[in-house]
Order: sequence, then structure tokens, then C-alpha cells
Amino acid sequence: MSDDIFQIAGKTYNSRLIVGTGKYQDFAQTREAVKASGAEIVTVAIRRVNIGQNAGEASLLDYLPPSEFTYLPNTAGCYTAEDAIRTLRLARELLDGHKLVKLEVLGDQHTLFPNVRETLKAAEVLVKDGFDVMVYTSDDPIIARELQEIGCCAVMPLASLIGSGMGILNPWNLRLIIEQLSVPVLVDAGVGTASDATIALELGCDGILMNTAIAHAKDPVRMARAMKLAVEAGRESFLAGRMPKKLYSADPSSPVSGLIAAAK
Amino acid sequence: MQLSLNGERREFPDGITVAGMIEVLALTGKRVAIERNGEIVPRSLHAETALADGDVLEMVVAVGGG
Repeated sequence: MSDDIFQIAGKTYNSRLIVGTGKYQDFAQTREAVKASGAEIVTVAIRRVNIGQNAGEASLLDYLPPSEFTYLPNTAGCYTAEDAIRTLRLARELLDGHKLVKLEVLGDQHTLFPNVRETLKAAEVLVKDGFDVMVYTSDDPIIARELQEIGCCAVMPLASLIGSGMGILNPWNLRLIIEQLSVPVLVDAGVGTASDATIALELGCDGILMNTAIAHAKDPVRMARAMKLAVEAGRESFLAGRMPKKLYSADPSSPVSGLIAAAK
Repeated sequence: MQLSLNGERREFPDGITVAGMIEVLALTGKRVAIERNGEIVPRSLHAETALADGDVLEMVVAVGGG
């Protein structure tokens, strides 16, 4: 919808779907899925150069050029504020001063649950350092509010654990977060299928970030298209405003008068 | 001299610059970012930054991730 504007850190985007670029079969499939999803922002990870690899080898940047997509470098795999800050400073250097980043500080290798204490610490440093910080966090409404107060440009609570595909386990907390915050709220992590994405947007989330739900579908490109439609449907449904649920009073959709008379 | 590059000790000619090291590794023109002893070396300074024995370097790229 042309009058439905989605902005992050002052920049307007058409798509409310942000996609990851990991776990695909190859770069060609990554590109095809990203294109099918309609996403304009793609997350990337920052990793050591594999020294000794064939220098002519293709890289992700050849398939998803930064001129065509907004890169969102992440701190996946970081377990301390310090590592996350270092990683994003390297990302900024790598991407020519790029400011938009995804902060995630993990607390546990088994669950990949966020370490909120370290996340808050890193967010403060990064915001002061001039970064536009989209922050992955737990679905705690108080922490979400603190992250907004620190100056994060978007708060991204999990729907369920990273890569679990368990869907939205606590819609009530998400609703509380959405109602309290003025910065965009995006569900990040846990989405398994298209209906999960629709529910997130129907709840009033401004957007959604996902990777595994697309990359690990049997047909990733087709699932990417499904997610695009699901996000659009969810947003439209949210804006349209659903009818109230009525547990006991049925209300027929056809006229109750003008029925033919019983034959004598 | 010895440098620690991405966690591995490697031999390089004395006084080599960051740009020189990148060339030796056949990575010239690749989009990489470099941290030397915990501090970023901006691309604009690669040619003039001479490395010293024992320097600890991290060299990174963007890869697929969620």
C-alpha cells in the first residue's frame, strides 16, 4: 500500500520481510530465494577469510551485490558484548562505513537464547558509536523498552528459538512490546511457515526477519514467495482490522427474511 | 617476521605493509576488513601501514548468515 510506510533508521522500504542468507545449497539458490521473497534488506555474517582458498572463488557479494540490497551485518556467534562490538566495527569497515547492523549476543550454545545483559551493554556502545542498531532480544517487554531508550532503531524479539521453526509461542508478550514501543518491532527467529509470518504481522509487528524457514523448506524459492505473500496478507489484515470474535452468538451471512414458505 | 593471521602463525617479509600482505595472499581487490592488535586498519591506510613481528591480525569477509 502506498500510504503504508515502513521505515527503519529514516530509510523507507517497500518490503517488511528481511531475510537471512545462510543455510542455502549454493549462492545461486540464495539469490533466487532472496529475489522471490521480495526482501530489500538481507542479513550477512562476518567471518574470517579462509586463507589459502582460491582467490577467484565466488563470494556472496557477487550474487547479492551491496548496490542492489541493503546489507544487515549480524553478530551471530558472539557471546560477549566485546566480540559483538568488534564484529560490527569490522563490518562497518568492510561495507564502507555502513551503519545499519543487527546486534545479537547469544547466551547459550544449546538454545541460542539471547544474553540480555551483554546485549544491553553492546547496544549502548554501538549507539554512541553512531551505528543504527536493530537488536535481537528476548520477548521481555521491559527489556524491549530499555533497548528503545538506549536508542536502538528497531527491536526484534524472538518468536521462538533461532532455527526452531516453532512459530509464535507468546503472542501476548509480542503484543505488549508492540503497544509500548514507538520504534519498529520485528519478529526475529522462530518462524516455521507462512502462517506464522501472517500471525506476526496481524499482531501488529512492523516486520519480520527469517532465514531457516525459507532455506530449510523443501523448495526454498517457493517458500520465499509464500513468505512474501504471507507478510503482505498479515499486514493488510492488521490494517483492515479483524472482526471481533464472538464465542456464542452466531450471525448468519445471508438474509434471515424472504425465505420461501414451507410447501403445504 | 611472524604474524598471527586469523589465529595461525605465518611468516612474512620484514616490514611488509597491510597492502603487501594482502597481495602475498592473492587477495588484492577482494572486499576484506582488517583488525591489527584489536584496532581496525581502514582500507585507505592499507598501503602505508607497516606490520611488525608478533602483530595479531584478523581479516574478515561477509558470508551467508541469518
